Amino acid sequence: MNWEGRMDFKHVDTIIEKHQGKRTALISILHDIQDEYNFLPEGALQKVASRLQMNTNDIYGVATFYKSFSLTPKGKHAITFCLGTACHVRRGPKVLQEIARHLEVEPGQTTRDDQFYLQAVNCLGVCAIGPVMVVNGKYYGGINAIKAKKIIEKLNRKRGGVNS
Amino acid sequence: MRKVKSVSDLEEWKEHVILKQKQYEMIVSVCGGTGCHAYGCKKVRNQLARAIKKNSLDQKIRLKLTGCRGLCERGPIVTIQPQGIFYQRVQERDVPLIISETIEKGKVLEHLLYDDPLTKQKVTSEKEIPFYRAQQRLVLGKNGLIDPAKIEDYIATDGYRALAKAIFEMNPDQIIHEIKTSGLRGRGGAGYLTGNKWENCRKAPGDVRYIICNCDEGDPGAYMDRSLMEGNPHSVLEGMIIGAYAMGANQGFIYVRHEYPLACKNAEIAISQARKAGFLGKNILGSGFNFEVEIAKGGGAFVCGESTALIASIEGMVGEPRSKQIHTVTQGLWGRPTNLNNVETWANVPLIINQGSQWFSSIGTEKSKGTKIFSLVGRVKNTGLVEVPMGITLREIIFDIGGGPQNGKAIKAVQTGGPSGGCIPASLFNLSVDFDSLTEAGSMMGSGGMIVMDEGSCMVDVAKYFVHFLKGESCGKCLSCREGLKRMGEILDGITEGKGNGESLALLEELAVVVADTSLCGLGKTAPNPVLSALRYFRSEFEDHIIKKRCPAAVCTPLIQYSILEEQCTGCGACKKICPAQAIEGEKKQRHRIQTTLCSKCGSCKDICKANAVMVQ
Repeated sequence: MNWEGRMDFKHVDTIIEKHQGKRTALISILHDIQDEYNFLPEGALQKVASRLQMNTNDIYGVATFYKSFSLTPKGKHAITFCLGTACHVRRGPKVLQEIARHLEVEPGQTTRDDQFYLQAVNCLGVCAIGPVMVVNGKYYGGINAIKAKKIIEKLNRKRGGVNS
Repeated sequence: MRKVKSVSDLEEWKEHVILKQKQYEMIVSVCGGTGCHAYGCKKVRNQLARAIKKNSLDQKIRLKLTGCRGLCERGPIVTIQPQGIFYQRVQERDVPLIISETIEKGKVLEHLLYDDPLTKQKVTSEKEIPFYRAQQRLVLGKNGLIDPAKIEDYIATDGYRALAKAIFEMNPDQIIHEIKTSGLRGRGGAGYLTGNKWENCRKAPGDVRYIICNCDEGDPGAYMDRSLMEGNPHSVLEGMIIGAYAMGANQGFIYVRHEYPLACKNAEIAISQARKAGFLGKNILGSGFNFEVEIAKGGGAFVCGESTALIASIEGMVGEPRSKQIHTVTQGLWGRPTNLNNVETWANVPLIINQGSQWFSSIGTEKSKGTKIFSLVGRVKNTGLVEVPMGITLREIIFDIGGGPQNGKAIKAVQTGGPSGGCIPASLFNLSVDFDSLTEAGSMMGSGGMIVMDEGSCMVDVAKYFVHFLKGESCGKCLSCREGLKRMGEILDGITEGKGNGESLALLEELAVVVADTSLCGLGKTAPNPVLSALRYFRSEFEDHIIKKRCPAAVCTPLIQYSILEEQCTGCGACKKICPAQAIEGEKKQRHRIQTTLCSKCGSCKDICKANAVMVQ
């Protein structure tokens, strides 16, 4: 993993100190690391293991059990698509399928040009306006495939290139 | 900020806040719920703030961003007090008119009012809107009145009065007795009597005790806890402090989903304000009682809604449930007595202390007291959060409050109880909504998700959805849950692909029984409910998929086909242009055709067709 070689993990120390090096704060520590680096780099997890005097395996156990953690870097724009029951009955899965086809990725993957990270989640808790999609933290309700592609293409145009 | 040390301090503060608020002639509240955020409420608020400043109205008008008002589907919502004007679907461009007409001249803007679909009349105030009329918003009511980031707003609505009453006028036993006699049952789903749980925790041996507020809200289709925590965090906190005092706990945790950043933020603000005001921390209200609250973030695991898994998660471990031979009230967090309640349960506590258990138990049915918040969503006209007295019928919720079908298609079922619940058919809509009736009907109350389904929803697909959801969320500890759900998912996949056979349903039912009987925790024990209830009430839909190889609701992709109706097609070409599979052919102004071999069945053509010429069957 070349990109990890260039990473600086000194923030990991600050994060661990913020949580007073408590083992019980492991999930919060991992959240903070992910907020800082956008994913959980191997080097950071090793550092957490040694600082908290835990087995690296156990850290990976937690990091892979909880869905909010990612062990691979995410694309520049995060697209989160809700597949909760309310979004499901309003044909959310079909919209997601179309977005995935459009971006040429599967949910949970980043596009080849590192621009978009597509994620499907169980429920975003905005059920009244489903199907719901969140792009870079902004919520969009009543989404269909046509609207979703427009939003994605707008972001694509902003960087001056056209994807797929 | 003031430090409150007595009941009179609190009264004085409240009067001071009210006096200060009276300086304003008008209060303009913009709903800041997540639904309204999606529709651009922040822009509306900012535009209003600029306009108010520009017109030098800031001495006259108070502008605030409140919590969720419930009618999310009509967002962004703006209300103007004291006139009680309710504007819906407000956009930035409406702001100049709101200022020049409504605020300056007192005129009501017709185009922003709610249109009652039944009477075809414009409605000015919230109370007249059918969506709100049948509700009893005891817990949610304050959401629209207060700015969740301002403790003063909460104080003005009698906030923390219940805490002062509990500490100065009651002893722990009296508080527990009051909660017990109120008949309050846990709002998280299981419906255990809250007072009994508190009593067991208080009596459990040990000197360190914990309390936890469960704001993990993993049920898909439900967002009551989110709205309460975002919109009125102090009410939850006040309930927790009262509970901690009654049970003798000095440390509490709020376990919040990582997907709820605003709930985390508002809870943090509330904790810090409550600490400064003397409601939290050491020597609360000068009583000598100490209590602290910390926020623990979840990691997005549904199973962590289960108490022992949630506790493991707070301890920093993988969220696997453990056997409950010894209850968590005896041995919970770090082996200490721990009481866990849901957000809504905690928010009910101040109400009961303030108004008494007798008042509370006069609402609801014999065994289910008080009100319950539901997230009324899916294929119904008015979607949003509703709070109703227990015992109301499903029909009243779906038709009177929800306004009935969304697209003219007949409503056929409602799903309650999330992945542990089931679908209740329209023929049973006269059922009373309470813990026991819903369980008898093969579903459950759950945390309050109510997802309405119409003729366009396939019940096999819904059952499949829940099984796949639970398969993904099973922690994997028990073989029957881990493998059983996987196999059930495969059978349902087969049925929806037209590969079901005469043995599919029998095998599905057999597996369901095994999974329910041999799993350790609630997730596995209740996992087959969505399948069993679908089979109980909608067996013919399963049979249609298996025998006729067709999906009556036109949902299951392998069994459906899109086509264009010749007589309705105008030849506009919109479908041809949008089709991602280039499956549509036809010249301009000529009838278009879908080449079924190329069609990916995405439905884009149906979405874009203005002539309603695309048919799916």
